Parts: sequence; C-alpha cells; structure tokens
Amino acid sequence: MSIPPTPAGPALEFDPPLSPVMRIDCPVRLDYTIAAGREQSRFLRAMSRGHLLGRRCPECRKVYLPPRGTCPRCGVMTAEDVEVQPRGTITTWCVTNVPYEGQVLELPYVTASVLLDGADLPFYFLIQGLPADQIRMGMRVEAEWADTLGPTLDSIRCFRPSGEPDADPASYAEHV
Amino acid sequence: MSREPCAVIGVGQTRHASRRKDVSIPGLVREAALRALDDAGLTFADIDAVVLGKAPDTFEGVVMPELFLASALGAAGKPMMRVHTAGSVGGSTAIVAAHLIQAGVHERVLTVAFEKQSESDAMWALSPRIPFQPTLVAGAGGYFAPLVRSYIQRAGAPPHIGVEVAVKDRLHALRNPYAHLHMEGIDRAMVEASPMLWDPIRYLETCPSSDGACAMVLASERAARGAARPAWVRGTAMRSEPTMFAGRDAVNPRAGQDCAQALYREAGIDDPRRQLDTAEIYVPFSWFEPMWLENLGLADEGQGWRMTDEGATALGGRFPVNASGGVLSSNPIGASGMLRFAEAALQVRGMAGEHQVDGARNALGHAYGGGSQFFAMWIVSEERP
Amino acid sequence: MVDVAIVAFAQRPSVRNAVGDEVELVQPVIQQALEDAGLRASELGFVCSGSCDYLIGRPFSFVTALDAVGAWPPLCESHVEMDGAFAFYEAWVRLQHGDVDTALVYAFGRSSLGSLPIILSQQLDPYTVAPLFPDAISLAALQARALLDGGRATERDFAEVACRSRRAAEGNPNAQLRQSADVEALLGAACLRPPLRVHDCPPISDGACAMVLATGERARAIASARGRAPAWVAGVDHRIDPQDLGSRDLTRAPSAKLAAERAGAHRAPLDLAELHAPFSPQELILREAMGLGPQVAINPSGGALAANPMMVAGLTRVGEAALRIHDGRAGRALAHATSGPCLQQNLVCVLEAR
Repeated sequence: MSIPPTPAGPALEFDPPLSPVMRIDCPVRLDYTIAAGREQSRFLRAMSRGHLLGRRCPECRKVYLPPRGTCPRCGVMTAEDVEVQPRGTITTWCVTNVPYEGQVLELPYVTASVLLDGADLPFYFLIQGLPADQIRMGMRVEAEWADTLGPTLDSIRCFRPSGEPDADPASYAEHV
Repeated sequence: MSREPCAVIGVGQTRHASRRKDVSIPGLVREAALRALDDAGLTFADIDAVVLGKAPDTFEGVVMPELFLASALGAAGKPMMRVHTAGSVGGSTAIVAAHLIQAGVHERVLTVAFEKQSESDAMWALSPRIPFQPTLVAGAGGYFAPLVRSYIQRAGAPPHIGVEVAVKDRLHALRNPYAHLHMEGIDRAMVEASPMLWDPIRYLETCPSSDGACAMVLASERAARGAARPAWVRGTAMRSEPTMFAGRDAVNPRAGQDCAQALYREAGIDDPRRQLDTAEIYVPFSWFEPMWLENLGLADEGQGWRMTDEGATALGGRFPVNASGGVLSSNPIGASGMLRFAEAALQVRGMAGEHQVDGARNALGHAYGGGSQFFAMWIVSEERP
Repeated sequence: MVDVAIVAFAQRPSVRNAVGDEVELVQPVIQQALEDAGLRASELGFVCSGSCDYLIGRPFSFVTALDAVGAWPPLCESHVEMDGAFAFYEAWVRLQHGDVDTALVYAFGRSSLGSLPIILSQQLDPYTVAPLFPDAISLAALQARALLDGGRATERDFAEVACRSRRAAEGNPNAQLRQSADVEALLGAACLRPPLRVHDCPPISDGACAMVLATGERARAIASARGRAPAWVAGVDHRIDPQDLGSRDLTRAPSAKLAAERAGAHRAPLDLAELHAPFSPQELILREAMGLGPQVAINPSGGALAANPMMVAGLTRVGEAALRIHDGRAGRALAHATSGPCLQQNLVCVLEAR
C-alpha cells in the first residue's frame, strides 16, 4: 500500500499563541489476581470457621497472628499452629478523622492495636461500643463476629469492650 | 580501609508546592539537577554516573521512572541506578551515590530524588484495597499516631510539645524560599485550632504533600579541588529492621539507635551533643522531633521534649533542628530525605541563606521510612576527613 | 580495588502462579544461600535486594520481603527498584570500602499476578507513549522487525536461539521451559506479534534467588571449606541508553557494548556468557554488541527464554555464571542483565576462577 504525500497546506497560525498544555488525563487500569500466601490461606480458612489460627516461631517461640510466613525477627518459617482467643487487650489506638479515597468506614472511627490472648504481636481492629474518648490502654475487648463468616478479615465485624477489668500494664508493657 | 574522601560540591532543589503544574516530571528533576550542577560549576557532561531515588512508583503511576528520565538527567551512556528504601530513600540514595565516590569507582556523581504526587493520589498509592486485608489504617498518620501516643505516655510529655514543633518549623520555613508552606503569622493558637486528624495528631502537626525534587553533585577529593566551599562527608550509615515482630519497640527503634551509633563511630564523633552544631531530622509529624532526638542519642530517653520546650531546637537555640523548615514545611516524599542531607550540607558550607545556623561546622542529615524501620544518616563537615 | 567473589548462590524453580507470597517465595533461597555460605543473617556486613512494586500492584513489597531475612539485630540494608543484578552491583560497591567482608543479595518477582506486558508499558514516557499502552511483546517485535529489515538476521536465526536455549535448559532443574521442537517445526508456527512467534518470547515466571558475596580471605575461606572455587568479580559495569524508541537504533545496544568494554570482557578469552535476553532476537543484538564469537558458549542455563522471573532473571545470570566457576566448568565467564524496553539498560559482569 502506498501512502499519498501529505498535501502542503497553509502554515498553522495561532493568534493569540496557544497556551501550554498544563494537564492531560491518562487513566490506567491494571488488574491483578492477588494470591494469599500458604500461611495466610490457612489463617483465612480457619477464620471462615470462626477460629483465629496463629503460628509459632520454632526459634523464639513467639506466636504471630495473622501469620506472616516467617518470624521476621529470626528469619525462619513459622511452623506450628496455635489457636488464639478472640479477646485481648488494647495496647494503643488511633481515631481517624480524615476522609480518604477507598474509605469504607464512617468517620470518625477508632482502630486499636489489640494484643489477643495467646498471641505475641498486637493486631489492628476496628473498635466499637463506646465513645472514642473512653478508649484507653489496657482496656479488655472481645471480637464480634459477622453474621456470615468467610475467608476474610471481615469475618470479625469489630471488637467491643468485654466488661473485664483492665489488664495489668505489665502484661502488655513490651507492646506499647 | 580504603575509603576515598567524598565532598558535596553542588546542591539544588526545586520550589516545593502541592502541585507543580508548570513542569512535567522531567522538568521537575531537571530544575533541581541544573541548580546543583550550576552550584558545582559543572554541566551534565562532567558527570560520571546518576543515582536516582524516589518512593513507590505508584505515587506517579510510572513504573521504574529512572528509565524514561535517563535522557532528561543526562545519563545516556552512563551508569544509572534507582534506589527505593521507602521514606528513607532520599537519604539512602545520597549514601549510594557517596559510596560510589568513596569506593573509588567514580569522580563525580549526580544524585537526584523527587516526588510528583500531584500526578497520582498518594493516599490511594499508600493504601490500596487488597482483598482479605484490613483497610482500617488511613495513610501514614493512622500508623504513626499510636506511636506518638505511646511516646507521650512513656515520656510523660506535656501535650503542647507537638504544637511547639509545628510552629517552630513553620517559622523556620519563612526563611527558606524553596519551602512549600509559608504560613505568615503561624502561632500556637492556629495549630491548636486545626482539626484533630489522627488523634493525637492535629492537621497542622502533619507534613504537607508536595511536588518537588532535590539534587546534589558529589565529588572525589581530586574532583572537589577548586570547588567553592565543599561539604565533606564524614560518615554515612544505614540500618533496617523488620516492620513488626514480637517485642519490637517501634517508638524508639533499635535500627535508629544502631544507625546513629555506627554513624558517630565512622565520623569520629564521641560526643554528638557537643560536636554536632545542627541537624536536619525527618519529622513528618511534629512529635517525631523529640522522639528522634532521643533515638539519635541527642537527648536522654524521655527527655527529648524538654529540648523542644526550652527552645533549644529553634534557630538561635543551642541545637537548631530543621532550620530549613523540615518535612513539616515541604514533603516531596522521595526527596524529603535527600533534602535533609542537602540542607545539612548547605549549613556547613555556610550557604543556607536566611536560615543559616551561625558557625555550623558539623551537621547531621537524617531520614527514616517504612514503619519507623529504615534509617539513613550522614554527617557532613566543613573539615576534610 | 578490593577483591570480591560470589561464594554461594541459591534459586528456586521458576513457575507460573507460584504458591506463596513474597516472603514464602524468597525465604527458602535466602536461607539456602546463607547456610551454603555458613553465615547467619546477623553476621552480614551488607544486604541489598531488587524488586518492583508494580509486579504485584502494591507499594513497598520489598518491606514485606525483609521479613524473610531475619533482620535482627538491625542490618545495614538497601534496596533497588531494579533487577537484582543492580543490587549485586551496589553490594560490590559497598564491599569496596573494605570495612565489611560479606554481603547478601536477593531478588524476587511474581510476574503472574498481573498482565506483565501491559505493566511494562508503564515504563515508557507517561505523557506521550505510555497512554498508548504499547505492550512489551510489541516493542520487542518492533526491535525484531528492525533487525530483519536491516538484513542482520532472519526468523530462522531467532528460532535457532530459542531452540538452543530451551534444549540447554533440559539440564537446568530451575528452568520453566525445558524442551523445544526443532527449528523447522518452530518456523511452521503462526506469529504471535509478527515477526515474533511464541517460541521467541519468554515465559511468565515467578521466582527468587539469593547470593552471598565475600571479599579476599573471607571468600577463599568460605569457598575452600565447601570445595569450590570462588567466582571472583574481575570487572562489573552498567550503562543506560536513552529510552525514546524513535531516536534509538533498536538493532544496536550501545550501552551493552560500553558496559562490556568497561567490565574488561575481552581482556582474556571467555568460556561462556549468560545473557539476559528475554526475546530471542535480543540475544543476537547482545552478542554483536559485546563481540561474543562462536567460541563463547551462550546461556548454558537456558537463559531468560527458559525462565524469566522479572527482577530476578538478571541476577540469576550472574548466579548461573558463578556456579560454573564454582565447580570448574568455566574459568572465565560473562554475565549480563538488562532492564527497560528493547535492551535500554545493561549490566555486564566478568567472573573468574583464580
């Protein structure tokens, strides 16, 4: 196929001169199939049956929940299942007041670092059931499970105060 | 040891702003790079290698942008590297560049760091929706607020310390023409009246989100001959630790302590509180000033807030911190760490202009990233090692 | 310069859709490399890794991967958003300071989670080229077409590279594609992106590898205790070309040529070269650029055509070359890594037994 030559037209003139291009929109969509790792998959499957399954490090004996595949401190694969209780102690917390893209929770909301009984690492959960200004370190909370359980963290709707007396500060001192 | 001396002979940065709509990404990095080259009296042709740093590629939506920026930074036919160590990246990028000189591989290295967050959405870039993972934590503030709360409790610090830092750094920024935030009339009442975003962190106690870049020309002793006022690199250090493990102290992380001690050792500093004159410390939330002063060994544990409270860290105080206005006044994330390193160099070169610390001879540049787990630091001096 | 050698190398078999997250992918190879060198993480003088966030569509993937190392007490550690071969380079530079004598380098990549050819299109100029989404296979096809149109190669040459690579991979248990029909049969297949056929393109691979470097006496001690020759780094260099596809002669790789010269590739004869050429025509371009004649065995491992885990495949070339020095199969070897569209950036390393 031969391409005809472009006809020579009059030179383009702009009066006033064109302003520079300050912005172009280039939407990019990339789709990913995210795969949970082996250990995370075990954890999620247990969660869909209403259990919290942590993993113990064979070297330092600490229990990780959710499991991270390895003990990040020792650099070895965690190797032993440990059932962790759906209640624990608040070690620290945060009230979020700032809207952001992808936000699903109504503002303001409280998230807390909860040290679950039987685990050695606190984990973030949504806290409900009391005003934000009454949350404190050492407060005891328990999980409220969702109506339908599945292989997702949404199986726990939130944590609520359990009514137990506050935990002894020594029990969570190294997590503050 | 066979370490060659390394000097900073050129420093450049852009005007930082929330949206630099007037330039493209290549335009932004060239603005900083050309200023650094001008300062060094060099051109791209004189440069042996380019080391580029920035935070996650999702911030601009360009995969490995050093590839398309090679021409804009005069790197064609030269070695080019791209460093990414989370928030500490600006610092570690400068260190990788310095190591090329110190190893005797190159004579003149251009190092550049940037972020142009306005071309994407930083909150989205930091908190993508991943299936089966919680989306509870909104951006960096949601992660760091609990650490601040822990610090306040441990140190017994009065609540106004965060406010004081926020005011002090913005007052410093009024003396820095490149700073993003120029808040005339900033005072404690203004900060206290700003909304509580992530309790206990108020809006004006957080860093802005900026477009900006920073660049430095690093040179060997031979190449630095004849350079006006070089800043000599006396020591560099990097340390990393895992994000979380049982028993980790994320408020006063050991990686930061170890990094500082290794740095002082390499720089031949026995008493940093006496021998350092000023520091540029990565403080994205105001409370991190006292927290890092303690972590760096510049204050006793639990006492860092007293330095702030006494005014020691303000310009004119006995140990000015972030005379440039710091991250609280300009935060092009990938470049923020390099700005700390570059501002430290400007101080010991006596070229910091209105925010010059009188008689600064030894200065610390500090950067951190991730969950307070990646640290990069250097000490620069007017005196050759 | 300080003498640096590769003393241990470990890799996992490349597969599509590997089971496991980044940590589970990379921890076994790190552990294997460290055990093989008789080191614990806490003894390491330096650690450096290479990876790319966009492969898994999440920022800070290298942060999670650090969980696999056991970085406690804290380590002197760095990361490049590049192929692991460039992390190897950073580690080599760090060891030149002489104050530390060991380094760990690792790389990981999961190319199977997203659409790799499209993800790579986002490496291009974001204003004028990336919005057109030119995928990586199409760009390699442009390069191949230019090679054919210039009369410098034929489609048969491409097929011969592919056939030889996949057959060489039969001896490599970590390779993903390990057999090939003969050249005639390959040429009978339809084109994927003309003039490229499926056999000219790499597989989609997930993988990880790890390497231990040591200096001088330390390297000799580690290697001799394991009955292997240290793979000494005789030279290493890397260079980048402009990206703009319209202003480049896509049939040449000037940065590869320059890097090979600077690395001293031809100071003595080479026994073999491990080239990171994901598409078969790229091997021809690289051989010409680096002046590799018929006496140099190319890609005895099968190369990137047999397994191409992104961010890992370049470091794997260095590792495969080192393994052949370790056991005496080669006395002098060249390893190469590439990055960017159409061989834009190239690293060359020369390894020697002494």
